[in-house]
Amino acid sequence: MATANELRELMRTEGAAVETNTQAFNEGRYESVSDLEEYEELKREARATKEDAIERLPELLDQLTETVEENGGTVYLADDAADANAYIRSVADERDAERVVKSKSMTSEELDVNEALAADGVDVVETDLGEWVLQIADEAPSHIVAPAIHKSRDAIADLFNERFDPETPLETAQELTHFARETLGERILDAEVGLTGANFIAAETGTMALVTSEGNARKTVAATDTHIAVAGVEKIVPTVADFHPFIELIGRSGTGQDITSYVSLLTPPLETPVVDFSDDTTPISAFDADREFHLVLVDNGRLAMREDDQLRETLYCIRCSACSNSCANFQSVGGHAFGGETYSGGIATGWEAGIEGLDVAGEFNDLCTGCTRCVNACPVGIDIPWINTVVRDRRNREREEPAEWLVDGLTPDEEDEGAPLQKRFFGNFETVAKLGSATAPLSNWFADADLSRRLMARLLDIDPRRELPTFERETLVEWFADRESTVSDPERRAVLYPDLYTNHVQVDRGKAAVEVLEALGVDVVVPPVPSSGRAPLSQGMVSTATDHATRVAETLNPHIEAGRDIVVIEPSDYAMFQREYEKFLDEATFTELADGSYEVLEYVYGLLENGADTSALPDVDAEVAYHSHCQQRTLGLEPYTVAVLEDRGYDVSTSDVECCGMAGSFGYKSDYYELSMDVGERLREQLQDDGVRGRPVVASGTSCLEQIDALLERQPRHPVELLVE
Amino acid sequence: MATARSSFESSLEDVGVSVTSVETASFREQLDETVTPPAVGVPLEEAFDEPSLSLADTSVTGDPTPATLREATTGVTGAQLGIGDYGSLALTPTDRASELVSLFVDRHVAVLRESDIVPDMDTAIETVHDEIDRTGHSVILATGPSATADMGALVTGAHGPRDVHVLIVDGE
Ligand code: SF4
Repeated sequence: MATANELRELMRTEGAAVETNTQAFNEGRYESVSDLEEYEELKREARATKEDAIERLPELLDQLTETVEENGGTVYLADDAADANAYIRSVADERDAERVVKSKSMTSEELDVNEALAADGVDVVETDLGEWVLQIADEAPSHIVAPAIHKSRDAIADLFNERFDPETPLETAQELTHFARETLGERILDAEVGLTGANFIAAETGTMALVTSEGNARKTVAATDTHIAVAGVEKIVPTVADFHPFIELIGRSGTGQDITSYVSLLTPPLETPVVDFSDDTTPISAFDADREFHLVLVDNGRLAMREDDQLRETLYCIRCSACSNSCANFQSVGGHAFGGETYSGGIATGWEAGIEGLDVAGEFNDLCTGCTRCVNACPVGIDIPWINTVVRDRRNREREEPAEWLVDGLTPDEEDEGAPLQKRFFGNFETVAKLGSATAPLSNWFADADLSRRLMARLLDIDPRRELPTFERETLVEWFADRESTVSDPERRAVLYPDLYTNHVQVDRGKAAVEVLEALGVDVVVPPVPSSGRAPLSQGMVSTATDHATRVAETLNPHIEAGRDIVVIEPSDYAMFQREYEKFLDEATFTELADGSYEVLEYVYGLLENGADTSALPDVDAEVAYHSHCQQRTLGLEPYTVAVLEDRGYDVSTSDVECCGMAGSFGYKSDYYELSMDVGERLREQLQDDGVRGRPVVASGTSCLEQIDALLERQPRHPVELLVE
Repeated sequence: MATARSSFESSLEDVGVSVTSVETASFREQLDETVTPPAVGVPLEEAFDEPSLSLADTSVTGDPTPATLREATTGVTGAQLGIGDYGSLALTPTDRASELVSLFVDRHVAVLRESDIVPDMDTAIETVHDEIDRTGHSVILATGPSATADMGALVTGAHGPRDVHVLIVDGE
């Protein structure tokens, strides 16, 4: 696992370039997909195609093998990297190849084929400019689409000037590109073998799609007589027609281009004549197209992933990089920290777990905070946070930690014995919070005491620079039990869900919510309900989370059946009800709770739309800055809060960073505190912008409120608190 | 057809590709004006089965030697489809080396018949699918000039042409 020091060093050296580039890609994506009318439809189509293709993979594999062989090529199904490399080396050897030119291919990175060929004395040349830069610098890719994203133009110029010592030192991107084009152009013409990847392969015709921008893949294939394509077995789809949604989605989702310059649909061997570029007497059409084609399909763990109900979705991935670019943590540290042996970004956890094993995936998967900002961005609708959770859960179960009596007292959890102490502490925050309120103010004093902070730092790795939550002695449920409802003739009846934080820590926002709902004619009750299980889930404690889900539904669903709506303040808990519970509950129970529950401002919006009497709500003419919550935005709920605030007379300016950086317990952990603050800095900048600086700040999520509290002088509040006077 | 064509032309503009249109009769003069010499090309008569779309008596060398191709600035080939919503061209690599002529040059001039413009990618892929299924050919969907952002800023003209021009031959 990357330590705090390693992360700090990466943020210092590569952070700026990674941040600029990933953010540009991410903004490009938002822009590009917003122009695409059928965006959601295409995503559904893409997803369905992949589901079907992976389901029918054995059959498609056979069909593809037959077609390619009919076309005159060879198919080799490699069990693992060593097997694939041995085959590729034999092809190069038979061709007497002195040079192999390559276009960009992540699968070839996975194989380490360059090293294998170099060991035979073959000169392997990367022709993708980014890959070439890394080959010269002897560095690993930091991004699955733009591999040299961590290098600035200056760094590349220094590298080239030092290595090639050109007459006039290179400086601009134009000069660097021109130099690379000339140098590589010569090398491509001399090569015997061209090695490419393949983004998609159609079983029906043996046609592969290669998605590129530079034209190097085209040259790599056209200028050599032996073409080796390396691809994971998951790349197969039935027909060329099935390429359609992917062609429209892949560039938009990744770098934000509507389409990349070249989408080559190659049915090798090509008709293009193989020419001798120095010949100045023979017309080109007089050369023969004497070409060889080898398709190396790589298993390397994929067929086992196909059998794994949780990891299977990973095989739908088209490696577009949206889950990297939309990830706040990735934007700060890049793929050198947030990645494994080959792959990087959120989905890398699935790939690395399936290909390399849980250990490699476990090295970086804690960097996924489960914020879900990648979920809607993924063109094939993979639940990337869920894959990260599953891998975390499996890792927890794999290792044995010695019991510590103190923490065991705080975290009595029979089921998730394997999780490390820190994870169990945060995972069982419900116990901590109950104890905290019961013993407040003593617990708060204890939490702040120097000795106990040091103990927490040592045992739990809680960063001493974080302020800990202050527990309220009287919980929301207790406060509510002592009061009378103010609504005699209710319009609607609701349960206000006392989420852990609202109940024990931010009790004021709970009281405000009760008052607002009552002011709008809603009969409210606040019964004791178990916590949602978000905390254990984020630590990968799946069975504990499932247990929470069951108990929450047992408590809340009878209220729904009795005609009450469930209103939730904390977006991360609301998201549990809407998304994750689907995995933990039977369908009917899940649907009942999901359909019967509302985020609090969404609910208020609904009441206003239905003509609720708003005379008891404040009318203002004021400005406010609003930071929505990551999971709340994924569920499309941000507009409701904005609309309600505007309805009350607020001029609302909204942030557009993907995440505040706190993400539940993430920002508390010593290893991640600085990363969390680095991510938070982007939010701070927006909240300190001209025209925003003077505005009071509201935020929907508990974590965001804590983070903003740490980032700004201004004390943020929950938007519902603006609706009471 | 008019809408597919106008959306194609505006898409071309968005991706930085210039366009002129020409009647079959004045094809050769127009072509000469469009190319930057030295120019090479793939004979178009066969591709389009249209004798007047000939490179004879133009400044473009048809079926050049590889060495002449390497010296050339402009490469002229046919395009089989123009795709309205993206400004993409479908280029079929042929045994006359159209792939080399469109790729190993600084300026690619693609000759496209107006009737081969389709409204959108959906339609284009259907057509391409049928074509590949029938002939076993390959197709390059080319959109704009070659480009890279790998050197710290977007630069057009990476390994392929830095400049693309479409010459639309007006239909009946
Ligand atoms: S998981 Fe989805 S978003 Fe991430 S790279 Fe794969 S396809 Fe793209």
